[in-house]
Amino acid sequence: MDLDALRFPLGLITNGVLIGMMYSLIALGFVLVYKATDAINFAQGEFVMLAALMAGAVIVLAKLPFWVAVIVAVAGMIAFSFGLERVVLRPLLGRPIVAVIMATIGLAAILRGAGPFIVGVETRSFSLPVGEDRIVWGPLKLQPVMLTGAGVAIVALAVFTWFFLKSRAGIAMRAVADNQQVASAMGINVERYFALAWAMAGIVAALGGIVWGSMLGVDVHVALVGLKVFPVVILGGLDSVVGAVVGGLIVGIVENLAAGYLDPYVGGGTKDFAPYVLMIIALMVRPYGIFGKRKIERV
Amino acid sequence: MFHRESGYFKTTYGADMALYPLPIAQWSVAVLAVLFLLLPLVTTELFGARNAEYYVTNVNFILIAIVGALGLNILVGYTGQISIGHAAFMSVGAYTAANLAKFGLPFWVTLPAGGLMAAAIGVVVGIPSLRIKGLYLAIATLAAQLIIEWIINHVPAISGGSQASIEVPRPTVFGFTLSAQRELYYFLLFFAVASIVLTLNLVRSRIGRAFIAIRDQDIAAEIIGINIFRYKLTAFAISSFYAGVTGVLYTYYYGVANYENFQITTSIDYLAMIIIGGQGSVLGSIFGATFVSLLPTAIREFMQYFGTMQIFGMQLFTEAELNNVIPAMRLTVFGLLIIIFLVLEPEGLNRLWRNIRSYFRVWPFSY
Repeated sequence: MDLDALRFPLGLITNGVLIGMMYSLIALGFVLVYKATDAINFAQGEFVMLAALMAGAVIVLAKLPFWVAVIVAVAGMIAFSFGLERVVLRPLLGRPIVAVIMATIGLAAILRGAGPFIVGVETRSFSLPVGEDRIVWGPLKLQPVMLTGAGVAIVALAVFTWFFLKSRAGIAMRAVADNQQVASAMGINVERYFALAWAMAGIVAALGGIVWGSMLGVDVHVALVGLKVFPVVILGGLDSVVGAVVGGLIVGIVENLAAGYLDPYVGGGTKDFAPYVLMIIALMVRPYGIFGKRKIERV
Repeated sequence: MFHRESGYFKTTYGADMALYPLPIAQWSVAVLAVLFLLLPLVTTELFGARNAEYYVTNVNFILIAIVGALGLNILVGYTGQISIGHAAFMSVGAYTAANLAKFGLPFWVTLPAGGLMAAAIGVVVGIPSLRIKGLYLAIATLAAQLIIEWIINHVPAISGGSQASIEVPRPTVFGFTLSAQRELYYFLLFFAVASIVLTLNLVRSRIGRAFIAIRDQDIAAEIIGINIFRYKLTAFAISSFYAGVTGVLYTYYYGVANYENFQITTSIDYLAMIIIGGQGSVLGSIFGATFVSLLPTAIREFMQYFGTMQIFGMQLFTEAELNNVIPAMRLTVFGLLIIIFLVLEPEGLNRLWRNIRSYFRVWPFSY
């Protein structure tokens, strides 16, 4: 078969896989919080933006080495999400779902308004210490930034899968997610696990912020990545770590193929459009996602 | 509204459902009506024509926002179906009206047409609400917002070219063209009042009570014989109709239909209105629309006064910086207000108002 004819779709798919892994890294933060606390984080993109702003400030403004930025971003995001859980989300426990959604939308507005207000509006760029040259592998050209991002995503996903399946804290967290009252009766400190879940979401957001920030440049627009979270988690299933990976891959591949083949005909923008069309179809056919748990409601 | 009852004397359901519980309520509404009718004249007398135009501009934004906030409150506050796509329905109404206005049709044709078109699209978007709710519905309406925005932007037949904006002529009533703010005021006031009266009557009718039953527990509502399919779609249709009319009003008010006025931030503004004002309350929608519409003006005035002050010989912000700071500040204050109200006063300004009223009911002889 002619290799040249395959080069274009292969390139699109490879990029889709890499981008998809990076989406699943961000979706993972959403899934972790939803799984453990039933709370919905509409500010996931803004979390990533905040982490990227922190890393950007450390590297560009303070001119400190890269690893300091990683530590600052992770520590900062853990502190931020702890505080958030304490001040905003704990009072909203047991309130209608609309309240939590609106609270996180409000939070997103605060971060989007205050973030650049504090650290400045201009775009800052920093790069991962992996080099800029494209790696040529057979017919494919791969960007090192995206490869690293996908690598970070795979490691994070593996760690969290292990955490939920094997570790004591992970099993306790699954118990909390399943039934808060029963878990509490069995001696699990429910509130501590809520805080832990938010802290883990903070760590994931920090990693995502560094990876995405180095790829896109750091300013408010990093938060737009958050819009991709919803198709990913709906496709994969809201409470499934594996679902985040599969959803991320599907969204990444679909949006790249759509952009590659449809953009010339409709004048651009299919990248942001296609995942949502896919998501609407998924909502009609299988709203709880590929790996999600079906909830049965009783009066 | 401002009176104090001396007790509860209702003995029939009819009395309990009445819009005016006492004759004095009728009087206070009549007084309010006269005040609102005289507002442009009074402000012109007091502040001169130029300042009056400025003040009435602010009121005009409130009047438009009231229509939209009432529509969203019917869906979110009364029926319990969350929607993050309210602004998309506005854009549907706006572009429908603007495209019809190109054929020289007057506003009393384009306005209902815009509303009906938005209602039709709203029903389509509402169909998933039969299977999904809560978070899933929020995300589905978010998708609707993004998809509608994309379609308007990418189909020149709708958006009228690359700028995606269509100009409309000023509305004409009985051969009289409304162009000044004080003239548009009466135009907008009419629709705001009409939507308030409509909503007040809707929520105490069979339909409104079915909405409330669905909000409180939809499975239970289905069991007592409410057709969930029909009423959820009705809620979406009515809410989107209001949104469409809001979009048309914005279009005639600005003189141009432009998708930039109907992006996701606008949807969030309207959600903020009903949360700050009070969900499931007509008065709350009015409070919320007023509060949220005045907030940007208040922040701008505040920052232009205090932001350029000299502190220790240093100017806080230059004029150029202010242009960046004010939108950022508006967003931040917005988010803060949403969270503060959700955490501290979930029932919004409407509840605060009722608290004040019930405090004064027995004042000064409280026990």
